[in-house]
Amino acid sequence: MGEVKYSVRKAKIMALLKMAFVYAVLLVPLVPVLMMVAWLFVQSISAGPTMGLIPRGITLKNFRFLWSEIRFGLSKYPTIWPIVMNSLILALGVTAFEVPVAALTGYALSRMEFRGRVALMKLIIALHAFPGVILLIALFYILNRLGLYGKGLLTLIGVALVKAGLGVPMDTWILKGFFDGIPWELEWAAMIDGCSRFQTWRKVLLPIIAPGISAVAIFAFMNGWGEFLIAYTYIKRKEFYPLSVFLYSVIGEFVFVDWGLLAAVALFYILPILLFYALSQRTLLKLQLVGGIKG
Amino acid sequence: MEIRSFLRKLRPRRMPRLGRALPYIYIAPFLAYILITWIAPVAITIYMAFTECRWTVTRMRFIGLENFIRIFTRDIYAVDAIYVTAIYVSSVLVINAFFSLILAIFVTYFVGNETIASAIRLAWLIPRITPAVIYALMWRWFIDPRIGPLNAMLKALGLPAPSDWLLTLPYSRLLMIAVNGYVGASFGMIIYSAAVVSIPKDLFYAAKVDGASDFQICRHIILPLLKWHIFFVTSWQALSLLSSYEHILALWAGAGTARAAGVEVWALYAYSKAFYTSDYGYGAALSVFLVAIGIIFILFFFKVFGFERMMQPSRVEV
Repeated sequence: MGEVKYSVRKAKIMALLKMAFVYAVLLVPLVPVLMMVAWLFVQSISAGPTMGLIPRGITLKNFRFLWSEIRFGLSKYPTIWPIVMNSLILALGVTAFEVPVAALTGYALSRMEFRGRVALMKLIIALHAFPGVILLIALFYILNRLGLYGKGLLTLIGVALVKAGLGVPMDTWILKGFFDGIPWELEWAAMIDGCSRFQTWRKVLLPIIAPGISAVAIFAFMNGWGEFLIAYTYIKRKEFYPLSVFLYSVIGEFVFVDWGLLAAVALFYILPILLFYALSQRTLLKLQLVGGIKG
Repeated sequence: MEIRSFLRKLRPRRMPRLGRALPYIYIAPFLAYILITWIAPVAITIYMAFTECRWTVTRMRFIGLENFIRIFTRDIYAVDAIYVTAIYVSSVLVINAFFSLILAIFVTYFVGNETIASAIRLAWLIPRITPAVIYALMWRWFIDPRIGPLNAMLKALGLPAPSDWLLTLPYSRLLMIAVNGYVGASFGMIIYSAAVVSIPKDLFYAAKVDGASDFQICRHIILPLLKWHIFFVTSWQALSLLSSYEHILALWAGAGTARAAGVEVWALYAYSKAFYTSDYGYGAALSVFLVAIGIIFILFFFKVFGFERMMQPSRVEV
């Protein structure tokens, strides 16, 4: 009897040790990441640079950029709102360029028989794997040729167009998946009732896949809002910087001047993203698999 | 399935007015996009590689193989870039393809509570969903010698702590690997997790009854079943790592610093040639190698995984 008791206790200890090891591997590497996120919040309400995660005097003055002028060293911006507006234009532009096109093509791929259908699907998969960022030089040429470079607001539109073009294969694929999930009979019934093909698409199918469309739209918006590289490469005039490029330009120069202000602006910038991810974690895990595919 | 293909074939004849043109009207905007943002850029990159194209991107002069001769014979940075890229891709790949496998098995097989498991998965996604600029800002604080916690922790452990993580070799390269490793780990983690979840539980129970330990279950049941997933994640991540430079650019603020820090990968070198020194032709020549590698990888994907399998990671149900 004693022997059995002993081995049960030993097994329990072993199981406990095993779980401790599992959690250590899963959680210890996360410590820096969680610290960084916590710091962003703490620093944004802290009066001075924070050494650890304890604020040095709580203040809201870091957020004064929302209503007064911003000063980073020698650079002065009268107000942040035009920059916010640029980010908004970029994000909405990406969404507007991307989603309708993806919805049309996703439908055609799911429901129509035409020559080159399989080839097109293969092309989409191939583009999905192909790293678009290495084409920035050639895209720069194309933007120049299209007259979308160095033209202020038009450049912003050009950046949205490029970003949307790079994202559209993936969205098409996702929406095709949604259309695939709708039973044919529904569409058939609509056509028998006298709908044209386009009406069927517009009035019957689109409402059904509205959740899919909105997921893709939100995702496109987030992509546009978070976009840095393409905007940084093509937008050279300060008044058309989106928030990402604006932050980048001030981080490099004045990182030692005002950590609090930087953290506050950064927090303000990622607020929409945080909100979205807090609201839709489950959807996110699935969409992220597709969206974040390029490391 | 049969009724579907039957209906597909039936449609065009039922719509005599637009007839066969209809599908093409639907896909026309898409094709225009693809042409402008993918097909034409690939062609232009290849053509531009054989030209001298400086200062003004629209003015090209054909010079044959001159750019390539320059890369192979007179460019001292190109060799460095290859070396850095090799370190970068191989090291980050270990995190993205293999450490993520451990994470996925641990979080799916060992952590029983689904809420805790998804919380952990979500936390691992933070580096990926944080915009590159903010991610870089957070790292700048983390590694800051005066106010950052990294050096304080290292000193507490009695480990060496450089006064400048960004510019001191080999610390700058360690930093490069860590920063990008965190971003990529979640991709493999999610794919592997989905695969582990789809393994029928009966297999585990049967093995347990037969006296298998958890380690043996991982080794002899989970790993063999995940063989293809490991292969897929490894090759897919290898391709994306070869061409990724956004996070390096964001953290090292300008390619000049990246070069001094020893973290200028090939893709960033091509980018900086074009956009910092306005030598677009040369940048394109450097990019051509990446374009070629990309195309080879994609052909390889289709050959090894087949079309059906390639489609799987794109499926999404919300």
